Amino acid sequence: MDALLIGLPLAAPLLAGVVAAASREPHRMTGWVTVAAAGTILTGGVWAAALTVHGDALTIGSVLRLDALSAVMLIVIGSVGVIATWASIGFVDAERASGEVRSVDLRRYTTLVPAFLAAMVLAVSANNLGVLWAAVEATTIVTAFLVGHRRSRGSVEAAWKYVIICSVGIALAYLGTILVYYAARQTSIPASGALDWNQLAAHAQELDSGVMRIAFALLVLGYGAKAGLIPLHSWLPDAHSQAPAPVSALMSGVLLPVAVYALIRYRVIAVDTLSPSLVRTLLLAMAIASLALATSLIIAQRDYKRLLAYSSIEHMGLVVIGLGIGTPLAIAASLLHILGHGLGKAVLFCGAGQVLVSERTTRIAGVRGLLARRPVLAATFGAGWLALLGLPPFSLFVSEVGLARAAAADGLVWVIAVALTLLVVIFVAVTVHLTPMILGTGTGTGTGTGTGTGTGTGTGTGTGPAAGETAAAGSTAPLVVGLLALAALGVVAWPLDQLLHSASLIGGTP
Amino acid sequence: MSSALYVQLLYLVCGGLLLSAVLMLWRRQLSAIIGLLTVQGVLLAGLAALLGTRDGGVELYAVAVGVLLLKAGVLPAVLRRVLADSGAVRETQPLVNVPASLLAAALLTLLAYAVSRPLVDLDPSPTTHAVPVGMVMVLLGFFVLVTRRRALSQVAGFLLLDNGIAATAFLVTAGVPLVVELAVSMDLLLVVLVLQVLTARLQATFGVTDIDELRELRD
Repeated sequence: MDALLIGLPLAAPLLAGVVAAASREPHRMTGWVTVAAAGTILTGGVWAAALTVHGDALTIGSVLRLDALSAVMLIVIGSVGVIATWASIGFVDAERASGEVRSVDLRRYTTLVPAFLAAMVLAVSANNLGVLWAAVEATTIVTAFLVGHRRSRGSVEAAWKYVIICSVGIALAYLGTILVYYAARQTSIPASGALDWNQLAAHAQELDSGVMRIAFALLVLGYGAKAGLIPLHSWLPDAHSQAPAPVSALMSGVLLPVAVYALIRYRVIAVDTLSPSLVRTLLLAMAIASLALATSLIIAQRDYKRLLAYSSIEHMGLVVIGLGIGTPLAIAASLLHILGHGLGKAVLFCGAGQVLVSERTTRIAGVRGLLARRPVLAATFGAGWLALLGLPPFSLFVSEVGLARAAAADGLVWVIAVALTLLVVIFVAVTVHLTPMILGTGTGTGTGTGTGTGTGTGTGTGTGPAAGETAAAGSTAPLVVGLLALAALGVVAWPLDQLLHSASLIGGTP
Repeated sequence: MSSALYVQLLYLVCGGLLLSAVLMLWRRQLSAIIGLLTVQGVLLAGLAALLGTRDGGVELYAVAVGVLLLKAGVLPAVLRRVLADSGAVRETQPLVNVPASLLAAALLTLLAYAVSRPLVDLDPSPTTHAVPVGMVMVLLGFFVLVTRRRALSQVAGFLLLDNGIAATAFLVTAGVPLVVELAVSMDLLLVVLVLQVLTARLQATFGVTDIDELRELRD
């Protein structure tokens, strides 16, 4: 039973990958198989949640283990995965129709996307921290060619930076993992279980604090690189802006949270070993620095895909603020924020991909008055942004209020003040960027940024609006579903709150 | 093996690792750098075998053979192929010149010894006293990575860093569990293969493998 439940979400995407690799020409069928695999992950996550919600855990040996926290992450991977892979079908169709992409590259794309999902599922199902590390590194390997899919100068450059920076970052995390193993070997934990998270969490107080201090710093730096946090964040805007839209959605919506998930696991061990204030200071400093960096770059941004990338850094900063606070209340809010951000980013990146197809530019100044020409797309794109900016009824509003409450309960009022100020600045900056994109008149008079180069759009799209709209009608469906889910989560917390509560007791410390 | 001989051999191997790491800063000929990485691979395999004779475990001998194949065989072969394809023979202009690099290496060595103190204190033994060597290799790998401009030199820096981590792992705990070791080696091999393909694409799209030419993407 346990083996089935843990194995199913892992096997389904692997199988989908094999199907895609085996089919000579990528057709819609393989796309739907991948969607089904993502759906299986989601179903497995919900099922596992039902079984672990009262604090139990499912295990295969000591290597794989699902508890409520893993179940939350499986639900995040599954739900974001469904939207992204669904949108991916339209993307593959468009790529094939364009005729610029070789079918070898398309087959590689359809094979690697499910493999990417499988690696992330393995990461959140792992109890052995070495296996967790290997799975996170495997995501780097799998996504390298997805980032470099287009083979343009920009995407090759992005792929190179991505692999180098993330591999180095994650190598530091491996050094940290080894030091944790070393510390564990000097305690009463049996050698065979010295990398098992449940053993380490139970015996955390026996670990040597001097070694653990170095280890935790390396782990935060390493997994922080993968989560897009300062100081090793510079790969993120390049990779997210160059990757195909569905891949960007998965990287931003799921991959970054998986790295944060590793930090949640390690934080539980570190808090019992080191002084809690040290752990809190380290995490809060990184989170707020990342948030501030994202804010400064969002203000001056001229490219809407990079705008989304910096917004990912912003939201990971918010999630890690929750980790820094560290109480169950804060962890629950962070987990809800991860889910909300994942869904919102899936909608926005896939929406941005369609804006790119229709407008042929990623410059903000090049897109004007989208609402008049592509009403459905513009409305979902705009609504997605409202969700990410934290407006009700979407769930990010609820999770941000939850974070503020958790900070206030622990007397960290300055954190609320700083974060809120930065969020208000981001709100204003994004509104200024987006209003002309969506509402402005077709000629690009907009806010007068001085760059009149984006004027050709109004006339260019007049040639084939009918074909564009019919294609959009089909492919905006996943985006609308994602937005509805996001709004539903914000209004009724009912199915999730019990699960988030149990997960926060695992990941949080009072 | 007597314990005195074991300690002497251990320090000989660790000294060799340290020397080869520093020499990587000194040499600018890319083929020489690959040669040094091969030597490091052999030394790491020797380290694993040496720990195997101390503990009497079969597992460590298997790991030693694996390390030898991967780090002294497969990876240098991949790098040599990249070198042959790219045609870049020398690291032309590193951001930091050789004398300054060697000075930096000395400072990084001191830093590594300072940082590693808690690691040695937890379980003092002749083996853990050599841990700073692994840390030095990690820091020097990092240094190569940020100061060299050829794509291949960056890969070499990454491998030096990884060798440092492997050396640390052997010295503190006689290696991680076999499952993890296998997964890690697999990942390392795949990363290097990915980097090989990406280097070829860099060559094809940019015409050079100079990382400084990568300036398409910026804010």
